[in-house]
Amino acid sequence: MRERGYHPRPMLAQHDIRAVLAFLAPWEFSPAALALCAGAVLLYARGLRRMPAKERPNIGRRLAFFAGWALVYFVMQTRWDYWSQHMFFIHRIQHLVLHHLGPFLVVLARPLPALARGLPGGMEARMLRPLWRSRPLRLAYRALQNAIVAPVLFVGLIFFWLTPPIHFDAMLNARLYLVMNWSMLLDGLLFWALMLDPRTRSQGALIGFGPRIFLLLGAVLPQIYLGARIGLATHELFDVYSVCGRAWPISALEDQSLGGLVTWIPAGMMHTLGVLVLLARWMRADNEAHVRAATVRG
Amino acid sequence: MKRLIAALGACVALAACAKGDGKWRTDNIDGLVAPLEFSLTDDAGRQVSAGDYRGKTVLLYFGYTSCPDQCPTTLSKLAQALKETKDHGARDVVLFVSVDPQRDSLARLRAYAQGFGPQFVGLRGTQQELTALSKRYRISYSYGKPDKNGDYEVMHSTGVFVFDGTGRSRLLVLPDDPADAIAADLDRLAG
Repeated sequence: MRERGYHPRPMLAQHDIRAVLAFLAPWEFSPAALALCAGAVLLYARGLRRMPAKERPNIGRRLAFFAGWALVYFVMQTRWDYWSQHMFFIHRIQHLVLHHLGPFLVVLARPLPALARGLPGGMEARMLRPLWRSRPLRLAYRALQNAIVAPVLFVGLIFFWLTPPIHFDAMLNARLYLVMNWSMLLDGLLFWALMLDPRTRSQGALIGFGPRIFLLLGAVLPQIYLGARIGLATHELFDVYSVCGRAWPISALEDQSLGGLVTWIPAGMMHTLGVLVLLARWMRADNEAHVRAATVRG
Repeated sequence: MKRLIAALGACVALAACAKGDGKWRTDNIDGLVAPLEFSLTDDAGRQVSAGDYRGKTVLLYFGYTSCPDQCPTTLSKLAQALKETKDHGARDVVLFVSVDPQRDSLARLRAYAQGFGPQFVGLRGTQQELTALSKRYRISYSYGKPDKNGDYEVMHSTGVFVFDGTGRSRLLVLPDDPADAIAADLDRLAG
């Protein structure tokens, strides 16, 4: 018999490490998800290194950027993705991260200067700026990023993918599933970039601070309605999870109520947070304008 | 962004195609799910793959022989449906994939599957083969805690995927679908 006791068990046994690695390994590897998340993080880190110290964003902004992409990667590429395919409320958390939390954090960091600095020499000036100024791209951007299309698209996508027959198909078809998740992520980035713009209308923001606060609050209402309707429903709305099997034992209605709550409450909180950020940015922009005016007069 | 809009348009079209056809009585999933493909061991001990069932209408179902309710109910309903088809199930095969290979030996699977009829084949795979299959068909299974006798429950999918003779996914049979609806759809698929 082997002697025990002289060799204390290591803190992390090998099978624990293997379990963690298995959890973090992509469930269905997506080169595009890896390229986007890793590309953004590497570009940003390179930009930070090449920036003069006083231009560098503060630690909070840096953390927000990295945390945003880490969360997006986590819900898209780890075992979380498997759970999202087989548990309604986990799927709702996945979409909360892809559509609200992840893009919110990334945009909150105002990362464009650092990202531009991270590009290989001259690429921004020679390629991206002209591309950005090109008429078709500007027109397309304006067509999406305005006070009508942006909130309708943002709320509309949530309703669209939660239409039971469409949800059913998206959960059965691998390609449609990817389209669903990517549409949430891309629309999230567009929406929050439009909403959290630190500039006033006269400084170049597409929509003024006041209307944006109004839009953010207005967009909560349909999400509350949908979340409550799902969360309080007394019959199974999304039977695909029963048809394909749930990731662990939990009743269909329990799963559905939790999913409804995630659609309802944290989503609403993100909009409230957005309003607070906007109020702070509005006040700062106002102060700066006053200071400038005073300097000009003085 | 244009690609996104195009993709969304495609989704709407796809959803419309999948649901808009009123003639089918079970769920029409034409092409929605990946074509039939697997590598498993059949209850006679042969290594089999999808190609071995080309030309047959394949009904793919996941379960386990100790299942108290779901599996026997579904399998006897399928047996009933096969009897009601025009050729009494001559063109059909029901593949019963065990998601509990630890307890389901080949002999046990064979006895269980044949109890429902000659068209029923039990299939068994390693955990690796099963994982590949569950990823492909986006199904899930999980094991409950064993009781004092070592018995445990297995949570698994309830749908039956139906593939035509070329291996293309065509129908999804849900627990509420009655046997005569399944029989009618199988006839339509064959005819």
